Amino acid sequence: MSNYIGKPLSRVDGVAKVTGKAKYAAEFDAPDLAYGYVVSSTITKGRITHIDTSEALSLPGVLSVITHENRPKIAWLDMSYKDQDAPPGSPFRPLRDNKISYSGQPIALVVAETFELARYAASLIRVDYREAPHETNLDTNLHRARKPKSGLASLLKPPPPKPRGNFDEVYAASSAKVEGRYSHSPEHHNPMEMFASTVVYEKDDKLTIYDKTQGAQNSQLYVTQAFNMSFSDVRVISPFVGGAFGSGLRPQYQLFLAVMAARELKRSVRVTLTRQQMFTFGHRPATIQNIALGADSTGKINAIYHDAVGETSQFEDYTEIVPTWSPMIYPAENVTLDYKIVPLDVFTPLDMRAPGGVTGVPAIETAIDEMAYELGIDPLELRLINYSDRNMAEDKPFSSKELRECFRQGAERFGWAKRNPQPGSMRDGRNLIGWGMSTGMWDANQMPARAEAVLTVNGKLRVTSATADIGTGTYTIMTQIAADTLGMPIEDVMFKLGDSDMPLAPIEGGSWTAATVGSAVKVVCEELGKKLFKLAQKVPGSPLAKAKWEDVEFADKHIRLKQNPVAAVSLQQAVDQNGGAAVWQKSTSLPAMMKQKNYARAAHSAVFVEVMVDEDLGTIRVTRAVSAIAGGKILNPKTARSQIIGGMVWGISKALEEESVMDHSIGRFMNHSLAEYHVPVNADIHDLDVIFVEEHDEIVNPLGVKGLGEIGIVGMPAAIANAVFHATGKRIRELPITLDKIL
Amino acid sequence: MNSFSYSRPDNVNAAVSEISGQKQAKFIAGGTNLLDLMKENVEHPHHLIDINHLPPGFIDELPEGGLRLGALVTNADTAYHELVKKNYPLLSMAILAGASPQLRNMATNGGNLFQRTRCYYFYDTATPCNKREPGSGCGALTGYNRIHAILGTASSGDTPQCIATHPSDMCVALRALDAVVRVSGPNGERTVPIADFHRLPGDEPQRDNTIEPDELVTAIDLPQEHFNTHYTYLKLRDRASYAFALVSVAVALRLDEGGQIAEARIALGGVAHKPWRNPAAEALLTGKTAGETLFRQVAEQLLDGAQGYGNNTFKIELAKRAIVRALELAYAGSTQADDAYNQEDIL
Repeated sequence: MSNYIGKPLSRVDGVAKVTGKAKYAAEFDAPDLAYGYVVSSTITKGRITHIDTSEALSLPGVLSVITHENRPKIAWLDMSYKDQDAPPGSPFRPLRDNKISYSGQPIALVVAETFELARYAASLIRVDYREAPHETNLDTNLHRARKPKSGLASLLKPPPPKPRGNFDEVYAASSAKVEGRYSHSPEHHNPMEMFASTVVYEKDDKLTIYDKTQGAQNSQLYVTQAFNMSFSDVRVISPFVGGAFGSGLRPQYQLFLAVMAARELKRSVRVTLTRQQMFTFGHRPATIQNIALGADSTGKINAIYHDAVGETSQFEDYTEIVPTWSPMIYPAENVTLDYKIVPLDVFTPLDMRAPGGVTGVPAIETAIDEMAYELGIDPLELRLINYSDRNMAEDKPFSSKELRECFRQGAERFGWAKRNPQPGSMRDGRNLIGWGMSTGMWDANQMPARAEAVLTVNGKLRVTSATADIGTGTYTIMTQIAADTLGMPIEDVMFKLGDSDMPLAPIEGGSWTAATVGSAVKVVCEELGKKLFKLAQKVPGSPLAKAKWEDVEFADKHIRLKQNPVAAVSLQQAVDQNGGAAVWQKSTSLPAMMKQKNYARAAHSAVFVEVMVDEDLGTIRVTRAVSAIAGGKILNPKTARSQIIGGMVWGISKALEEESVMDHSIGRFMNHSLAEYHVPVNADIHDLDVIFVEEHDEIVNPLGVKGLGEIGIVGMPAAIANAVFHATGKRIRELPITLDKIL
Repeated sequence: MNSFSYSRPDNVNAAVSEISGQKQAKFIAGGTNLLDLMKENVEHPHHLIDINHLPPGFIDELPEGGLRLGALVTNADTAYHELVKKNYPLLSMAILAGASPQLRNMATNGGNLFQRTRCYYFYDTATPCNKREPGSGCGALTGYNRIHAILGTASSGDTPQCIATHPSDMCVALRALDAVVRVSGPNGERTVPIADFHRLPGDEPQRDNTIEPDELVTAIDLPQEHFNTHYTYLKLRDRASYAFALVSVAVALRLDEGGQIAEARIALGGVAHKPWRNPAAEALLTGKTAGETLFRQVAEQLLDGAQGYGNNTFKIELAKRAIVRALELAYAGSTQADDAYNQEDIL
């Protein structure tokens, strides 16, 4: 029965959020709470030669200043600092020694009776450094590019496939060729909620930690290993997350520092980062790409070259999948791909919404637009000419791919057929109008996960899994799945998440949560249903006594015969049969590897954008955008639409506004505030339209969902850049496209 | 943020005498800028004198014509005041192009005059800044200077000491309108023409303006000449709202009956340490009618001597184009009709 799945339910946690009842990491209180404030390095590379904390410590109410000199002993091995999203290398350890590896590195934690006092005391700490020369500029360090080290992370982020065919030869002979260099600046996640950890010091040295994270169990793992504690002594709770976008996939340094201080002081401690400090850990790496495409005169692309060089830190090899998107979208026979990284004196980059995807896809999709102009073929037509039902990076068919239908519905809604292809040919007064389009693509993965379901003695269902809801709607869709699986009204169903004590779930990323945790919720509810069915059969005079499992369904709080709905036992009767105890089930859901392995699995989108560019002033507005999404089964069109709209807004941001600008002479991000790090305001956002194209897929997972966290952003930047070209005739290959690039 | 003491005088004389007796004391009104700077450890006053309990001040017509804007009247109340909207729409437009509704509800007219620069280096105590810490150097000069000045940066040495800009939108309109600032100090009241209120950095970039630390702005007077037919405030920035100007242009024109320009005022924001005017450029327009070539000539004159420092070099051409566009809009009197850049805040 499907009363809720596929329906536009409002968020089940919506009221709690807008009334302030939803508590975030820095809002949990504890008796006798102390406050930590982080002191950040002002240099980019070198050594601390002297650190004077005496003035800070002399202030009444300052409890401690922890530095590399007086910190307690911590784990020795790199292994102990590896979290679930750690790239190969040696993870950063706060306060390890006097070495400075990047600007803004935490070098001390001041703990005081109040936040204000800790902040003031932090300003009194005097640090002497011996500076060393640093390198932070990707552009001037390309000669140092090298292959990344491989490690566990390479499983999810494999290097590009080996060359196919003969690019050089075929490209040379191609009748149409385009070549370009594409780049973008670093970006920071900048969720609204700053990173914070409230570490509650319990009796017997146990810790309860309220942490901002996309994986409570990931934070738990990190703390237990780094501080050599047992799992039973560390509980991490994170019921609400005020945005994360990938920044919560790794434990951030405030967690380490807060735990260290709490253990040292044997007292509860909260550490909250400032907005400026939100620019002192992972970010989307600056990346430079080169693409060359060769096509024959019919528009068939037969040669693709795509390389990428991304930045990483000096201590970990962060990688992304970048050039591989080209053969995932286009089935050229001759393909050469390359991916390298350059270690710089920055913090290790970190997965940020559609990592790699919104880097590689916009580059190839801009190049395709260039090819369309080279050939004189409509950009949509060119994409249809090169349409593929096979992912040629893996040489596998897609489990489903309704991209053709996305193109059709998107183009129709947008009015693409009315486009005059000539750049600068459409205008409204002083505004040049441009129409551009792009394909978008993102993986549809499923991971193993566990869930627990309990039907309580009063007939309510409680389902739990240690996943996260970073504002995406996890609470809501899991509640829908559970309610439908057991035929219960949504009011009687409660889904809980964000607690390391709950059944195992992976970090909430990669757009896999709906598929992963959704499948676990479905499985556990089904298995709980079997237990309830058996109990229902034992109810005196049960009409189901002789029924088989296949004969029954769950509906209206009853288990009933499909053929004869009057023959029913209520769930309450079933649980009453359990001797006064709740009925309990814990289950594991594993991806059906044998079924999945022969297929490529991905969500797709077709994006159409209208821009208006002031012909003299270069100001750009995205006046209209249509995203047609093929994302499998849509569990909740309302939260799904919000996800896509959010991705589209971010796409506008990435294309036109967003960049973390570093002054390479000092190696420091300079626009580290939300006043100067620009993301769109309401006035930047006009008509955004989302279409969900019907897509049926029984291979991706039992629910047929593909995940929507990332697909919304991927196609936007190229569609905008291509629209800007159509408006102005200027091909801007460096994002963001700020007005000075148009002048 | 350091600890500070706090007082709340209830009249101007008390406020002035209190500040005269203290070093490192500051007035605070809306606090929209000062509190941020204190949290960033850029400003660390030992004492704050909260002037929100002084007589509030109003917006009143002056007996000899013109309008007096109380220093404690908020930016929002000023922008939406009937007399300001009717007679000084340029000022309304400029105020509404700045900040956000929430900030404008708190920010006062007096406080707006004292806004400090948004230079990244000024805000970041880990970097050198001659304005924040005289003698430490200017990080922006050789660093990231997208939002920095292109005019009036000279010092007595070979290189500028500071290339910060004044961030206010309101002040750009005030400059075009020839506002006069009323100030109370230990020696009584004085008036300061807006042109002399802010200053260029020269060798003392730590000084934003010519007001003494123990003086208090009590009002801003707008002259009778109000330019309410041919005006515009054109602000170009990196997003449609809530961003400081890369370049802004306030234009006020008085046309004679034949459509010739009898008087022109052009003030630029985002380009210098103070709102920028150039009488020679304005004079080019006197007695003329609209013309793209003429407007471009005026723009060239206004940007005479402009110098870029890398990231901000584009501002020179951008400013010229913005001036031409703003003059066209103001001349046509079509400021709101077909605006060059969708200034949604005005709605």
